[in-house]
Amino acid sequence: MAQPERFDVLVIGAGPAGIAAACAASEVASVGVVDDNPAAGGQIWRGGTPPLRDRLAARWLQRFQQAKVTRIHGTQVVARLEPGVLLTERDGQPVELRYEKLILATGAREQFLPFPGWTLPNVVGAGGLQALVKSGMPVRGKRVIVAGSGPLLLSVAAFLQQHEAIVPLVTEQAPWHRVARFGLQLPRLAPGKLLQGIAYRWALRHTRYALDCWPTTAHGTTKVEAVSLRAGQRTWTEACDILACGFGLIPNLELPGLLGCELHNDAVVVDSFQESTVPGVFCAGELTGIGGAELALTEGEIAGFSAIGEKQQAASRFAARARQRRFAQALDRAFVLRDELRNLSDDDTFICRCEDVARKRLAGFTAWRAAKLHTRCGMGPCQGRVCGPATQFIFGWEHESVRPPIFPATVDTLAHRPTNETD
Amino acid sequence: MHEAITITINGQAIEVPAGSTAAAALAMANIDAPRQSVTGTPRGPLCGMGICFECCAMIDGHRLRTCQTVCRPGMEIRTDGAT
Repeated sequence: MAQPERFDVLVIGAGPAGIAAACAASEVASVGVVDDNPAAGGQIWRGGTPPLRDRLAARWLQRFQQAKVTRIHGTQVVARLEPGVLLTERDGQPVELRYEKLILATGAREQFLPFPGWTLPNVVGAGGLQALVKSGMPVRGKRVIVAGSGPLLLSVAAFLQQHEAIVPLVTEQAPWHRVARFGLQLPRLAPGKLLQGIAYRWALRHTRYALDCWPTTAHGTTKVEAVSLRAGQRTWTEACDILACGFGLIPNLELPGLLGCELHNDAVVVDSFQESTVPGVFCAGELTGIGGAELALTEGEIAGFSAIGEKQQAASRFAARARQRRFAQALDRAFVLRDELRNLSDDDTFICRCEDVARKRLAGFTAWRAAKLHTRCGMGPCQGRVCGPATQFIFGWEHESVRPPIFPATVDTLAHRPTNETD
Repeated sequence: MHEAITITINGQAIEVPAGSTAAAALAMANIDAPRQSVTGTPRGPLCGMGICFECCAMIDGHRLRTCQTVCRPGMEIRTDGAT
């Protein structure tokens, strides 16, 4: 087994929050940054290549590249062995990581909602498709319909078009009055975002942006060929090669949950220095509440400075964070998911895609744990990361304690015991 | 811009730009469904970021998430059940 690696500050996640935290802490401490992905950048700056004209991303990625930190990519956190020691896996082998202070920046994933046909190949996440294209998947000439909720849809659509996909339609489930109110708040809350939104809309001037509209069924046999949509009382079907669906983002709370951090309203509870209720464990970015890259950077810096005791430096970012959080709250209110979406799935729709558990098999259960034990819903390789949030939204099931391993691991890793350092 | 590397998918050699993931390589080879679900329905990538495990395939003999695996020269991807 590889020797345990030891850091003053260990950062989990190399997206904007993790990058900012690592840069801040590395001024005086030894810092390790762990990420499951092959390169830094998280999902928004996936692959470490900044989006075109995104100067913020370019600046931070360059700063991270030059920072004195140990980058530990392709590595998954599996469990906590004891306080101050995480068990991780790299290329199927266990690796112990030891730390004095821990900063969690595990980011977010997409909220997926089950509907008939959603398991067909080429029905993908909206952010998911963007990630796949950044990783080299060609979409040239493909007809892509983007459906779901939130401003991410427009940025994804513009990105796909840049990559020569044909995007005839973007559908937003939020009603037009909410989207309009959000737009009116932007000049005050985030003028930069308003300009960005206008740029996307201009780039997509030949794309229809349908509000109050959502997908009801994906059609096809071996892959998606068309999608049925609903807007008010109107329903219709559109042909497509790819259906990209994203119904907002949800934080990755498995690790803070495992470590015992207090959670509230699907976010980690932190104090003004980004410290969780577990002393020495800081959290930054989407897992303290979805807020986007700028807020994640600010929270990351605060967490990084706090972890090395630089409280004044940390406090100098409080005002920026407060402003960015107001934007996040407005976003949250505008794109709240409508009730109709709870009933998109029919009896035969698989809710759990790993174990192929249809909705009718979940009828009669009143809690996640009972449903899991009786139907295997949420017991497959993704460990409920997809169907868990879906059942929470559809049935209102609360999620209970997190148990290790939080990521599928090899037998070698599971059999690993903490190294006795006096050996 | 990117140099090309050669991998094999189900025994067929294919050139992909260096830095592509196995998921991207499968898409270039027009394989939409790298795996079948436990009840035999076709599945392809969903999350694109390592969460959902829908894109798993055999890569050099190991069952891995194709979206999180960067292609290396000579890599062998199998989606046809052969070994």
